[in-house]
Amino acid sequence: MKSRTIKVDYLARVEGEGALLVKIKGNTLADVKLKIFEPPRFFEAFLRGRRYSEAPDITARICGICPIAYQMSAVHAMEDAFDVQVQGPLRELRRLLYCGEWIESHTLHVYMLHAPDFLGFQDAIQLAREHPAVVQRGLKLKKSGNEIVTLLGGREIHPVNVRVGGFYRVPTRKELEPLLEQMKWARDAALETVRWSAQLPFPEFEQDYTFVSLRHPDEYPFNEGRLVSNRGLDISVHDYDDYFTEEQVAHSNALHSVLKPGTPYFVGPLARYSLNFDRLSPVAQEAARSAGLGSECRNPFKSIIVRSVEILQACDEAIRIIEGYQRPDRPDVPIQPGAARGYACTEAPRGTLYHRYRIDESGTIREAKIVPPTSQNQKTIEQDLRHFVAGHLDDSQDELRWRCEQAIRNYDPCISCATHFLKLDIERE
Amino acid sequence: MAQRAKPKLAVWKFSSCDGCQLSLLDCEDELLEVAGELDIANFPEASRAVVKGPYDLSLVEGSITTPHDAERIHQVRRASKFLVTIGACATAGGIQALRNFSDIRKFTSIVYATPEYIETLSKSTAISEHIPVDFELRGCPINKRQLLEVISAFLNQRKPNTPAHSVCIECKLRGTVCVMVAHGTPCLGPVTHAGCGAICPAYERGCYGCFGPMESPNTKSLSTQWVRLGARESDLVHAFRGFNAYADPFRKESEAHEK
Repeated sequence: MKSRTIKVDYLARVEGEGALLVKIKGNTLADVKLKIFEPPRFFEAFLRGRRYSEAPDITARICGICPIAYQMSAVHAMEDAFDVQVQGPLRELRRLLYCGEWIESHTLHVYMLHAPDFLGFQDAIQLAREHPAVVQRGLKLKKSGNEIVTLLGGREIHPVNVRVGGFYRVPTRKELEPLLEQMKWARDAALETVRWSAQLPFPEFEQDYTFVSLRHPDEYPFNEGRLVSNRGLDISVHDYDDYFTEEQVAHSNALHSVLKPGTPYFVGPLARYSLNFDRLSPVAQEAARSAGLGSECRNPFKSIIVRSVEILQACDEAIRIIEGYQRPDRPDVPIQPGAARGYACTEAPRGTLYHRYRIDESGTIREAKIVPPTSQNQKTIEQDLRHFVAGHLDDSQDELRWRCEQAIRNYDPCISCATHFLKLDIERE
Repeated sequence: MAQRAKPKLAVWKFSSCDGCQLSLLDCEDELLEVAGELDIANFPEASRAVVKGPYDLSLVEGSITTPHDAERIHQVRRASKFLVTIGACATAGGIQALRNFSDIRKFTSIVYATPEYIETLSKSTAISEHIPVDFELRGCPINKRQLLEVISAFLNQRKPNTPAHSVCIECKLRGTVCVMVAHGTPCLGPVTHAGCGAICPAYERGCYGCFGPMESPNTKSLSTQWVRLGARESDLVHAFRGFNAYADPFRKESEAHEK
């Protein structure tokens, strides 16, 4: 029996981030490893000893692409600890800020990181040479998300205006209104994006996933809700650690999160969509249906359509919030810190992001735990590769390499940059 | 007629959050124009295509935190004609330089069950500690207008116009009332390098120093003022020990207030 080892190796090391290893014996896959080389940065360690109020600014620095997600999980966990409810216009403004991040981050992924794969281009710049209007639409749509974040947060990356209890300063109605026209354009562009992405060529690849996401009684999930799955999980975020655990593996600097005792699961747009279709706005539901999606989507390659539907959802919600906005009397709810534990999950563009803190009586952080979406998806990504590669054993080296990269990019992992330049070696035994 | 070859741009990542290189992709109105002037030769976050070096302009994001990266930065220098570091990680060691004040083994065991798997240096250091750097662009994150200014200056062979004065000047230019004088809010503006556009005071909070120290900052005098406003010694340690904790003036001032 002929055996071969397909090795996707370390050109990624040149950038120090990620790589992929696939070993095949005969017609079966012996090993698949997604390796993350991103150097460890120890946030959970150096949050210890800092004030509770510093958490939003510090944790934002975990990711320049989704800083709002980190800030939102941090403020909600602190408010959970100190038993504070942020309601009314302040809550709406937080949702608006999250809309901005979803729009910019999803659009970046859809147009600049993912679409070039389907159309056979190396990048969005090449794509722009053949399809300038498409890329220009993407850039303008991305910009409209960034404008929300900049107005509410001060700047698009690591915004400065988020605090535990609310904001430092809230905008006037007059300041928000100019966004409205742009967001109406963005809603049309998002609808166009759904139609456009639905026409891309998709491999037949449906998997039986365990989806996990937040679910809220009447909203598409952003900041709050219970954690649910399509396998009957339905828990408060307070019980997260009873059901999920992190494992360290030798080949990755990112911890692998599993549902106890060891089940891989899937967070992110596909999970959110499949568990919350009924919470999408009518316009988003209709767009999804016309794009050929059911109320559940189990083909990860179609995540590009689902992301586009979520962009539309975020644009629609942003318009609703801006139109109904009344400036609150004060920008924040007062906080009384004390010894407590706080828990929160919010929905980062890439999926559920968990924060847990233990605070002492002086308001100092004694312990922090943060579980980002990419560490929760790693095992499912490896599983996808195992199933997907098995159907493509006869592909050429270049084809297989590109397909593997694409299968990883379906997840929009925070190592998407690394997965752009995997090196594939084929060794025959 | 032979077309003039465009200068080759490379973007490199070390230990960082990706935010500074994202700033280039966030130049939505200018990105395609930049791509028209420069050959994007090596930019993994944006492209699969890799054109071989040497590169005319290298943008380096992130700090040096692993033995492998300490080697790799020399290869990047050798492959680059003009090398610009972008952001607080690359110019001052970044937030991950908070490890420099502690015992790294303790940190690894807090985060990882099997710390032996983790290969890391005991300190996070700026790129200029390892190789000669042609220009440093500050900020956590960098300001995208300043990034475009640096690229434009490179293309036109002139010096980038990125002022080294304090955030206070930007506040005055913006017409923002001083939060420290008017509201008694502690602010790092007087000692912090300009570039952000003085955002924090415009949002009614004090500057938290994300652009690092300005040229010749009087940190001691600012600390005295903070104490007058009610700050404790531990507040001063935290204030100076943020995203630019290992930039010399901030490091020294934070150590002066440590017990």
